[in-house]
Formats: sequence, C-alpha cells, structure tokens
Amino acid sequence: MSAKVKDRIATGVIIFFSVLIIAILVGMLGYIMVRGISHIDWHFLTSEPETIKAGGGIGPELFNSVYLLILTLIITIPLGIGAGIYMAEYAKEGRITASIRLVVEVLSSFPSIVVGLFGLLVLVNTFNFGFSVLSGALVLTIFNMPLMVRVTEQAFHNVPIEQKEAGLAMGLSHWKIITSILFPVALPAIITGTILAAGRIFGEAAALLFTAGLTTPKLDFTDWNPTSLHSPINPLRPAETLSVHIWKVNSEGLSPDAAQIAAGASAVLVIMVLLFNLLARWIGRLLYRKFTSIK
Amino acid sequence: MNEKQETPLLFRKHRAEEWIGRIYTTFCVVLLIVIIVSIVYYVASKGVATFAINGVSLSQFLFGQTWQPDSNKFGALPFIFGSFVTSLLAAVIASPLSVCAALFMTEITPNWGKKVLQPVVELLAGIPSVVYGFIGLSVLVPFLRDVFPGQGIGVAAGSIVLSIMILPTITSIATDALSSLPRNLKEASYGLGATRWQTIAGVVIPTVLPSVLTGVVLGMARAFGEALAVQMVIGNAPHIPTSLFESASTLTSVITLNMSNTVMGSVQNNALWSMALILLLMTFVFVLIVRLLERRTRI
Repeated sequence: MSAKVKDRIATGVIIFFSVLIIAILVGMLGYIMVRGISHIDWHFLTSEPETIKAGGGIGPELFNSVYLLILTLIITIPLGIGAGIYMAEYAKEGRITASIRLVVEVLSSFPSIVVGLFGLLVLVNTFNFGFSVLSGALVLTIFNMPLMVRVTEQAFHNVPIEQKEAGLAMGLSHWKIITSILFPVALPAIITGTILAAGRIFGEAAALLFTAGLTTPKLDFTDWNPTSLHSPINPLRPAETLSVHIWKVNSEGLSPDAAQIAAGASAVLVIMVLLFNLLARWIGRLLYRKFTSIK
Repeated sequence: MNEKQETPLLFRKHRAEEWIGRIYTTFCVVLLIVIIVSIVYYVASKGVATFAINGVSLSQFLFGQTWQPDSNKFGALPFIFGSFVTSLLAAVIASPLSVCAALFMTEITPNWGKKVLQPVVELLAGIPSVVYGFIGLSVLVPFLRDVFPGQGIGVAAGSIVLSIMILPTITSIATDALSSLPRNLKEASYGLGATRWQTIAGVVIPTVLPSVLTGVVLGMARAFGEALAVQMVIGNAPHIPTSLFESASTLTSVITLNMSNTVMGSVQNNALWSMALILLLMTFVFVLIVRLLERRTRI
C-alpha cells in the first residue's frame, strides 16, 4: 500500500470517529429532548412526586436542587477564592506549596461516592446534621473547592504583571493590590468558572445519596420559618435533588410512568446544564468587555 | 514634617490589612488540608476495622470469590474485578475515539473541527452521570439485549456508558498536548516528504504519547470511581462474570446499593467501608501514575 493511500485511509478513519462522537451527542440530546420534553408541563414541574400512582411531578426536587446549589455556592465561593488567592499570591515555590498542590489534585479526583460516605460518617452522624440540605451542601463544598481554587489561581496568574507593578509603585499594600487591582481583573474568569462548576454541582448525585438523603418532607411554600420541618428553606431537612430522583425512579421506582418521569426529569436536568453553559459564556464575554473596555 | 508623622500610621494600616488577608487566605488553604486528612483518616479507620476488629482476613477479603454476608463470607474479589474490568474496557473504547477527535481538531480541520467538535466535547463533559445511566438503561441495554446473548445489562453496557463519560477527559488533554506541539517538528517531517498520516504516526503521536496516557489514566480514575451510571446498567450480580454480556458488580455499585441497608458498625457495613478504602487508595495510585507521566512529559 502506498503512503498516499494509507494517508487517505487514516484521514477517513479519523473523520469517521469524530463524526461518530458528534452523532452520539446529537443522538443522546435528541433522545432526551424528544422523550422528555413532551412530558414537561407546568403540572410536572410544580407538583409532588407520587410513589405508586402515575402522574407524579418533580416540584420539590427541582426546588431542592436549586436551594442546595445556592447554599453550596455561598459556602464555597469565599473559601475557594481565598485558597486560590493564597496559591497565586502568597505561596512560595517550595515543598509546602507543592504538597498543597498535590492536596488539591487528590481532592478533585476523589470518587464522589467516597466523599459522600465521608459526609455520612462525619456530617450526618458525628456532627448530627442528619440527612439534610446542610450536609449535602458541605459535601458538595468538598468537591467544588478544588475547582474554585484552580479557577481563581489561573485567573490571578493571567492578570498582566504590569498591573501589579503599578500598584506596588503607588505604595499600596499587597492585600490592597490583591483586592482592588488584581481581583477585579480576574473576576470575569472566576465568575465563568464558578458557573461551569455550578453546572457540575447541579448534576451531582452519588455523594448526595448519603448526605442530602432520598426523601423530602411535604413542603409548605407559605411557611418561611427556617426551623419548621415543612419549610422549604429549613437547612436541616432532608432534600432529594433532581439527579437523585432520576436515579431513584430508575432503580426502585414503582409508579407505572417511572420511565417517563425519568425522561422528563433528565430533560430538565440537561436543559439546566445547557443554560449554565450558555450563561457562563455570555457573562464571561459581557464582563470581559466591561473590564477591558474592548467594544 | 507632616509626612513623617503620617507614615507610621499608614504603615500600621498597611500591616493590619496585610495580616487580615494573609490569615484569611491561609485559613482557607489549611481547611483544604484538614478536609483531606480527615477524609483519609475516617475512611481508613472504618475500612481497617473489618480486619482489625471483625477479624476478617485481608487475603479472604481481597481474593475471596464468595460474597455472602449472612454466612460470614466477605470475598470482594468479584467487585474489585468488576471495577478494574469496566474501567479498563472503558479506557480501551474511549482512547482511540478521543485521540481521533483530538487529531481532527488540531491536525485535519483546525477551524471547522474546533468550532463544532469542541463544544460537543464540552457538552458531553457537562451531562450529569445519572442522565448517562438513564440513556444507557433505556437505549443501550435494550439494544444489547436484542443483538447479543444475555439480558443486555452487564459488563459491556457498563463499559460503553463509562467510555462515553470519560471521552471528554481524554480528548481535552490530548487536544491541549497536540496544540502545544512545536510547529517545526511537523514542518521538518513534511519537509522530508512525509504524508500527513506518516507525520502523525511517526512524529506527532510519539511526542504527545505521555500526555495522552495522562489523559487515559485520568479517564480511568474517573471511570473507577463512577457510581450511579454504572450501577444502573451493570446488573449488580455478586460473582465474577464469564462473558461481556453477563451481569456483574463494581465496588461503587455495591456500596451504593448496600450502604443504607446495613447497620453502622456491623461487619457487613465495615466491609463496605473497606471497599471505599480501596477506592481511596486507587485514587492515590492514579494520581501517582499521572505525576510520573507528567515528569516524563517535561523532559
């Protein structure tokens, strides 16, 4: 076989596999949308799930997912940015910094189920938070922090060194330079990274099985007393999220329309993740334009 | 004169600011270390209890083939085997696909490929694992059941679902490596009259191989720890499968299914924690391999 023929065959194979990957994604998205969207309506999005009867909705699960996400972000953002700033600005190259880097790397590659079990042992049982939104949010913080650290560190490294030098020349303190010069410039990248990470949190399930729980008490949306069990904003109540619900319905669902519910809920989940992606891109571009005054 | 009086005050303010910033950021980093130490400590202390307190022998746990908690048989080999087989197979399926996608984006059609394939790969990375499990259960399993012998659920279904999940990981790392390749390497090869494929196979691939392997190991690590998607399609039978289309279990699927059905502190429960400890130790092994590969890339 001549080299030219081989080249053509190889190119053909590469193109074939690339098109195959695109086809897999299009097929999966198409399947989810075609099967799921027909099941989505106002009733499905707002009503309670049913255990045995058909016609259950995903209202509380949707609310739980959003609530858990917000709570997680409130905890993660200050901690992750703090640690990221330390890594970018204060850490000196050496053995300690190298080991912190290793910690971040290992922490981000821990299987989510192991972190979930840790949450079960320490948060749910030892600290007695029970199966609750708070336990779930804290365990998701463990996942999300390494991501935030990396995003922040990267964003700070990408700020031109001249900006920092200008601040030093003006006699500002290092912390003042960080907060009023470097941070605003790094902010667009941090926000984009945070939204992408939020998309991940939204789909996480394995760790929540053991921390946020598999059930939701009957929610009363007129009760805003955070200590009442039926209040939606009570952080110490169990909360089944959308992704956990999909898993539960698929593996132990008893209602006759379990497959449709899973399809509908999957479609909602995928749409949310797509929205997070688009939002990240859009906000990133918007803030970039604002801060760099490029029109 | 005036300035001389102001300076100490300014300095004091500076120093206070500096200290607050330093203490806060250091606290955040220390928290990370505390988290990782406590994860390792708690999981290890629970996982070791099976052998230290309940007296199950380590070799019986690692190499025993029967899992019958009721008659005190805690052989976890089928699950360890299942985890390794599914993640290895997933890597075998995903690696060539990922490398082709990366080559497509960097070598064949840099413009068009980046515009279309890049978002596709990013989207694949963003899809939640339960959705992969659901699609596997409702599309892949019936397909396998019709075409091949068996129930459809099993090792093959698990590996295929995992391979699509780890495809973005390998692809993005391979793409990064390929696009940071010095141009003159390729130009020299073309200058000698080599075709594109000869250049790719003879120059490009050998140069980026360590990076691609890094991606493969990271992908395998992800596949090894993935729980719910695998649990939904693998069938969860507690024995070593003899064919690809036979039902099996992985460490993660056993933990997922049994953790809430066992009493904390019982032997069976501790045995599940020992499996979690294996997962934890494997993470360290994967990170170690990645580090070694990265060292090779630098040279």
